[in-house]
This record gives sequence, structure tokens and C-alpha cells, in this order.
Amino acid sequence: MASVEFKNVSKSFGEFNAVSNINLSIGDGEFVCLLGPSGCGKTTSLRMIAGLETPTSGQVMIGGDDVTYLHPKDRQISMVFQDYALYPHMNLADNIAYPLKVRGEAVAKRHGRAKEVADVLKIGNLMDRLPSQISGGQQQRTSLARALVYPSRVYLFDEPLSNLDAKLRLEARGFLNHLQRDMGMTAVYVTHDQAEAMALATRIAVMDQGKIVQYAPPIEIYRRPATTFVANFVGNPPMNLVPVDAIQGDGQLQLRAEGLAIGALPMSNGIAKALETGKTLTLGVRPEHLLIATEGSPNKVSGKLFANENMGPESLVTIERGDGARVTARIFTDDHIQLTEDVTLSFLAEHVHLFDSTGKRIPVDNEAPLA
Amino acid sequence: MTTESTTEKPKTKGFALLSPRAGAAFLTPAGLLVAVFVIAPFFWVIFVSFTNRTLLGRTALNPEFIGFGNYLTLFDFDNFFQRGQFGFSLILTVQFVLFSALLGQALLGLLLAWLIQTVPPTVKRITETFVIAAWILPEVVIGFAWFAFLDRDQGTLNMLLTSVGLPPGDFLLEHPFWVIVFFNTWRGAAFSMMLFNSAFSSIPPSYFQAADVAGASSWQKFKDIALPLIRGHIVTDLILITMWTFNTFTPFLLTNGGPSYRTELISIYNYRVAFRDFEFGKGAAVGVIIMLINLAFALVYLSLGRKKRKA
Repeated sequence: MASVEFKNVSKSFGEFNAVSNINLSIGDGEFVCLLGPSGCGKTTSLRMIAGLETPTSGQVMIGGDDVTYLHPKDRQISMVFQDYALYPHMNLADNIAYPLKVRGEAVAKRHGRAKEVADVLKIGNLMDRLPSQISGGQQQRTSLARALVYPSRVYLFDEPLSNLDAKLRLEARGFLNHLQRDMGMTAVYVTHDQAEAMALATRIAVMDQGKIVQYAPPIEIYRRPATTFVANFVGNPPMNLVPVDAIQGDGQLQLRAEGLAIGALPMSNGIAKALETGKTLTLGVRPEHLLIATEGSPNKVSGKLFANENMGPESLVTIERGDGARVTARIFTDDHIQLTEDVTLSFLAEHVHLFDSTGKRIPVDNEAPLA
Repeated sequence: MTTESTTEKPKTKGFALLSPRAGAAFLTPAGLLVAVFVIAPFFWVIFVSFTNRTLLGRTALNPEFIGFGNYLTLFDFDNFFQRGQFGFSLILTVQFVLFSALLGQALLGLLLAWLIQTVPPTVKRITETFVIAAWILPEVVIGFAWFAFLDRDQGTLNMLLTSVGLPPGDFLLEHPFWVIVFFNTWRGAAFSMMLFNSAFSSIPPSYFQAADVAGASSWQKFKDIALPLIRGHIVTDLILITMWTFNTFTPFLLTNGGPSYRTELISIYNYRVAFRDFEFGKGAAVGVIIMLINLAFALVYLSLGRKKRKA
């Protein structure tokens, strides 16, 4: 196992800057997810660690060695591909053992080792089958087995679960988490699925348009999103973001928006600084922090009922405010709440996120450390 | 979860573009042309091969039926292997196919196709353009271009050789066989290259990237992944270029089949017997034998195709 580091790495394809000047340090034994929408540069970054792409500028380090221009085969890495890249003409044993074959291991030895790994992944009974004769989940585990069969410094995953159906994906995700706990491997995992990233990563690098927007442990990404982009990308459903007019006075802050009634917030240095650049802030509240309002709750947002999606344990209640913008709440169905046409939702002041006019998070004074 | 469905799907016949009658009407002209220019001559040649028909003389008007006479002459083992005889041409053609088609075109095409997979797109396109140019130029143009290239006194090759201080040679006279082997390789490698190129391109790039990451060398990727995955294309290519090379007539433009029959391939031999010596009967017999050999190739090709479809 080894650490991975990007030093001022950029990669452009012609005019298009896929990755612009990123710096990222992945510690030994860390499981880092590169999370972002398609085209954000996450796969390109992964492929630069693998050596399948060469940076336009900057350095890629593995275990302290500069590997920027090293061929993939000289990097001692493993990679699991999105399409699994299993060889259709080889049976599972040969597929899994292929990395050992190119290293010149004898047939008996390499097949023995392949069987060991396959048994752990519960595909040991399929060693004579061709990839076309096994299911998608088994193919996925086969490609994982091929990555695990030889010692590697870093394990790279390029959206390995995106071709699986929802149920298998959950199962495979749990297994990967277990594997990481078991082996303590250094892993870089590319995904556009925020739930996958939250579930697996020790740290998440959220990427957008070739840049790293936030690099932090999942809990911090969730609780203190650095920008509205992160807030909107992480969480299911995403955070409600409401543009608000900020009015300052008496050491307090009043926020105004259509359908919103929110108690005065205490001023802080961060807010004062943010107001220097613009009077329009963005208020964020996560759907799970919204409740159906009762008498006397200080912070409310109201509108017409737009949708009520019952998911079993919870309901997604969406309301449409007077200006047409929508707010979604995740309400526990145990609460047996009768919804009328007009719905008012409430939230606690401690669940309020504020972002400045450029979309950056406004820090709260004396922010407590996240445990 | 599985729901038992007992209702059988109705057998769909596919949709019809035309009514049967209209279809037949459209087919008739083509059918007539094929009948007149392909099927009739086919049986005519078989018939003629059993006669002693010639262009001139008594047998031109009243050819006699001589049974297997022509075939027996062709397979007369007293002079079967002599230059200018059927056996010599047959063996020469086999050698020609071996060297220029299998070793030359297929191997060179495979090598070129593999090499252009990794070069920058511009280099790839330029290479493809040149190789295909050699393929799409008319045969006669190429024949004379090569004739001019190899000419002893005015030829480009000898000019190049003398300019770098090497002795000139009379290639068409001294090494006629290797000239036509080289010529046919040069001319036909494009087809194999394009076929293998498209075959290689159809392999998902992640296969090679996975091998790269796993630590495979270039040769290992070629041997373990690329070759097994294009095996079907290789078989198709070998059969096709074998048939084409076996029947090719273009080397005639370079060497006229000579000197002294040394480059008289089976097609050129057939031409000489039928249209220079005007022994129509014997020529037809040669034609029938060539046809049978081609039929054998075609059967192998078709059976392989069928096997592939089953798998």
C-alpha cells in the first residue's frame, strides 16, 4: 500500500480542460472517492494515477515516487473498469490469473492463487465458465478478483458498480466496504453516485468542471458543504436552496424570501464579510431537517402541495412557493400527517446553511469540530 | 416472481417489402442476365472441356467429343512438372499464394494493422491512405507503374540503386517470381490491413488498458488478447485472399507469364492455352479444374461461416 498525491496536475484534451491544476493528497490506507457529475474530470484524474493518461502539466506521485510518465505496467497498481474488461475468450480462472500469467507464474501456482481470491469473492465454483456465462454481479466480482490477485500499491475503481442493478449495487457496495476494512487498502474510487461515495469513502473529493470543490470526510461534506454545488450534489434528495435577501440591523440578520418566515439570526463575522460582496445570500436546509409545521415554530416555509411521494418509511413532500420554486421535505410516515393543499414546513435554526452570493459556505463563528 | 406464460407467440413472418408478384417481376431481368452470362457459360465450359474444340482448323467447325481426353493431357505425368505445363503452373501458383498472400499480405497486413493502433491519429490516417491507394488504383495502371519502376535501363529502382552506389539489376528477367510475389504483396496488403484494423478497433480499449495495468507487455497483449479475439477475422481474411491470389491475372502485366513460363500462374496458363494457343477444349478443362479448386475454398469458407454463426 502507498500514498497518492497530485501536485498541480492539469490535463487538457485540445481546447478542453478536463482537469485544471488540482492538488490532492491521499494517505496510505485511505479510501478516497472522486465524486462529481459526468465531465467533471474525475475519471481523467483516476486514469492519470493509472498511467492511462499523461498529465499536461504537474506531477503524480505514488508512494512518494514521481510516476507522472511511468507506463501503467510499471506502477504496481490494480484497476477495476466500469465495463469490467473481462476477456471473453478466457474462462474465469484464466481471467483472474492473467496478471500472474504476464508475471511469468506457472499455471498451477497462478490458478491456485486465483481460486483463493475467487473463493473469498464467492465465485470459486465458476472458474470454468466464460464471462458471458455468468451474471453481471459475478462479472463484477471477477474483475475485482483480477485486481486483487496480485499485490498492488493502489487500487483504482472506475465506477465499478454503475452497470449493476440497484439491489446488486447495494450488496457489492457493502462488500467493498468490508474489503476495505479487512485489507486497509489504498483505494481511489470514481463515482457519480453520492450515496456510494458517502458509504465507502474515508474522504471524498467533490469535483466540478475539472476542479476539486471540497475534499473532506463524508460527514463534513454532508454537514458543512463548502459550496452550493456540493450541497446540491450530496444528499438524497439534495439540499433545498433558497435565494434570500439579507437585511442587517441591530446585530441581527433578517432573511426575506417568498413564503419564508424565519426568525432573526445572530450576526457573525462570516456573515458580515459575505454581505460586503452582495446582499443576496442562499439559504440551505436539508429535506430531512424539515418538518410539517406546528403552532409556534419560529422558522417556516409555506406553499402549495406539489407532490407527495410515499417511499414506505418516509414521504417526500414537495411544496411550490409563490414564486414557483420548490422545497422538498423528508417526512417520516409514522407521523400520520394529513396534508391539505396549503402546507407549511418548519426547521430549526441550527439546521440552516448559509452561502454567500458566489455560492461559498459562510462559516459559523466558533464552529465545533465534527466528531 | 416468474409468471407462467402459456400463450405461444404467433410466428411472425417478417414484413414484406413487395408483393410476391412484384418481387418476381423485379427479379426477372437480373435472373435472365445471370442465366445468360453466368449459368449458361458455366455449363458450356463444362461441355467444351470434353471436346477438342479449337479456333481454327477442322475441329473449329466440327469439334469431337473426346471424353476425358483434355484432362488426361493435363495430368500427363510424363511432363506434368515441366515448365509451361499444367502441373508447373499449379505448383507455381501454390507457391505464389503461400508467399504473396499468406506470408506477404496477411502477415504484413496484420503487422501494419497492429502498429497503427498505437500511433497518433494523423500518422494512422496517412498510413491508411497510402496503403489503400495501392489497393484502389486500377490494376493496369499499377502493372505499368511497376513495369516502369523495375525496368532495367530506365527504371526508377535501378536509378535509385545506382545513385547510392549499388549495382543495378534486371529484376524482371533475373527474379521474375519474386517480383510478382513482391508486387502482389504490395498490392493486396491493404485489404488485410483494413480488415484487421477494423477487427482490432472493435476490441474495447478497456481490454488493453486492463492488460496494461495488470503489467502485460506489448507482445503479451497482442498474443493473449488481440489475436484470440480476431481469430474469426483472420480465417475470413486468409480464405478470401487465398482465393483472390489463386485467381489473379495481374502479374501478366509485369512479366507476360515469362520469361520462359517462370511466372506463368494458373490463370495465365489458362489464358495462354485458350486464347493464344486457341485450344478451347483444353482451356475449358483448365477452367473447370480451377473452378473445382475454388469451389473447395468456398465450401471451407462457407462451413466456417456457418460454424461461427452457430457458436
